Amino acid sequence: MSHWIQEYRMKRKNRFKKLILFGAFVLPGSGHLLFKKNVKLGIHLMTGTAALILLVIFRWYRIIGTFESKAFDHWLAVLFIILSWSAMVFISVKHTYELLIDKIKKPRIKTPLVLASRRFRENKLAVISLYVICFFYLIAVLAPFLATHDPSAIDNVLETRYQSPSWEHPFGTDEYGRDLYSRALYGARVSLSVGFMAVVIAITIGTFYGSIAGYFGGFIDNIMMRFVDVFIAFPTFFLLLMLVGVFEASIVAMILILGLTSWPGTARFIRGEVLSLKEKQFTEAARAIGLPHRTIIFRHLIPNGISPVLVSAAMMVSSMIYYEAGLSFLGIGIRPPTPTWGNMMSAGRDALLVAWWVALFPGGILAATMLSFNLLADGLRDAFDPKVLMRRFL
Amino acid sequence: MWRHILKRLAQAIPLTWGILTITFFISHMAPGDPMDMYMEEQRQRQVDPEIIELLRQKYGLDLPIHVQYVRWLGNVIKGDFGESFRYRRPVLDLIAERIPYTLQLTLLALLFSTSLGIIIGIVSAVKQYSALDKGVTLGSLIIYSIPGFWLALMLVLVFSVYLGWLPTSQTRSMDYEFFSLGEKIFDRIWHLILPVFVLGLGSAAYKARYVRNRLLEVLNEEYILSARARGLKEKMVIFKHALRNAMIPLVTILGLHLPALLSGSVLIESIFAWPGMGTLAVGAVGGRDYPVMMATLMISAILTIVGNLLADITYVALDPRVSYEKKKPV
Repeated sequence: MSHWIQEYRMKRKNRFKKLILFGAFVLPGSGHLLFKKNVKLGIHLMTGTAALILLVIFRWYRIIGTFESKAFDHWLAVLFIILSWSAMVFISVKHTYELLIDKIKKPRIKTPLVLASRRFRENKLAVISLYVICFFYLIAVLAPFLATHDPSAIDNVLETRYQSPSWEHPFGTDEYGRDLYSRALYGARVSLSVGFMAVVIAITIGTFYGSIAGYFGGFIDNIMMRFVDVFIAFPTFFLLLMLVGVFEASIVAMILILGLTSWPGTARFIRGEVLSLKEKQFTEAARAIGLPHRTIIFRHLIPNGISPVLVSAAMMVSSMIYYEAGLSFLGIGIRPPTPTWGNMMSAGRDALLVAWWVALFPGGILAATMLSFNLLADGLRDAFDPKVLMRRFL
Repeated sequence: MWRHILKRLAQAIPLTWGILTITFFISHMAPGDPMDMYMEEQRQRQVDPEIIELLRQKYGLDLPIHVQYVRWLGNVIKGDFGESFRYRRPVLDLIAERIPYTLQLTLLALLFSTSLGIIIGIVSAVKQYSALDKGVTLGSLIIYSIPGFWLALMLVLVFSVYLGWLPTSQTRSMDYEFFSLGEKIFDRIWHLILPVFVLGLGSAAYKARYVRNRLLEVLNEEYILSARARGLKEKMVIFKHALRNAMIPLVTILGLHLPALLSGSVLIESIFAWPGMGTLAVGAVGGRDYPVMMATLMISAILTIVGNLLADITYVALDPRVSYEKKKPV
């Protein structure tokens, strides 16, 4: 008799569990809130899902339209929606399941990285700026669905040109009557992707170059660093002007030009780190057990010296975005049919007397992006090395 | 000390050579040669190929690249930067015309940013952790992040277009010629206010942060403690003891900021129609004017080197603790 009751109770409990799991599947984050564990993550998941659902509802026809079109960026955006939604569902269900079966979580080992991320989270400004950056990247990916108008559609210019900001056109319209809000969304793609990719290139080259120079030292170091000295002596903007003048500036060329001209700073920087690290005992130990140079550099020196490089990377993204916008502003970067914040501002300069909004909004967004990256760098610096007050990155 | 200066000068020579070399090779990385580009730009495709060949020979473009390089290097050392495709004038003349304007702008911006940076830095260091200090720290980061050219546009919008207090662009008024001397000077300054302010603001923010942190470091030193223990006034301690020591490394920062200021001046010059090197370079890029592009790049880099050299020498002159044989801490 009693084992029947037990079985019945088990069944009920299991059904209950399934219900909760189903809830976590349908509404990611509900499990977290129900158990009152990791509520923050739960709220994040919920708002994320809500935003996605709203996007899908309001832009349903455009999303459906994707499947008939061959526009690459639409496909990318749809893929992003699907992936992010499934990632949220996965996290939600997994965590809820772990909570249901009372899985004992392993205590996190306090590695330097864990400590750094804890310190980073205490810095509110840095966390907010990280959110802002993520938000901008989201916008860049989802631009085709968030835009209210076609960024390059021109009709009846005389009626639609230079309209001041309104509900219909939040940022107003430009000289051809194009919606500036939609253009700014598409412009975010250029700026953010150019900034990010250029920094990836610069950091990679700079790290390899600087660590090799620092590790081998002596003659090799001397030669390699003299080359870097020469590069650093060029004022960046003049060098970029020259390169843009020699090569046609498409987006890819822009990424390459910016990436290939800005690595020397990183190289000089990581060389200094490597120079001090190679005197440490762990390097000596690595050398004593006969590890090849390659292993010592890539497994021991670079991982230990990389954190300040990450800080400077965040700052570099900001300056890359600035340079790209500056070149486009001068009319020699990425050319007008493709919207970028820089060439939008360039149009705004010509229209300054009649339409202040054309220059104001793209520049404001640009400033906000740059500020976010600088604040992020600030937060990262404090997180990685609380002792350092201010270092030279320029 | 003289030995140190000579050593620095000796180091600057290979650096300059490197700059010349890189400039040359960048300009020759382009697909085709300058003559192709030039012809395309001029829409003179129907020119007789023989004439093009003759022009090539005249400019030495038919020679192998290393011969061209040596020739070009020789010419540059002699001060011959070639002739501008666009203006049909020696490049050196063009640059000599433009460079005073750029220097005027950059040096004034340097002065402005340094003085503003030092003042704000001192105030925020002395009142550490006050609301003012926090505001300055965050504010300087915000100002540092604002792209100068956008700020320039917005300031023009407010102060020139709406309020009409300041001129929108140019270095002088239209009727400058008819002014008396005092008016002329005033007119020049009046036109300089906006460009110098915008150009200097970003680096002022950076310097303010730097001065603040440096000063805080120095205020922890023991000689400050001893100065205070001797009963000196706080003003005396800060201005006479702390500030002097904190300022020395700023000289290096000044040198390091020169390339950034020159870079910034390109955009600012272009906005304010300032006839400096920046506008010359931008115009050259638009018109594929290779000799001018190369010359502006080289000269801006050489200006940077000279600036760094000066900063270095000043550093040694100011700080007697630096023994000239030892490496100086950066």
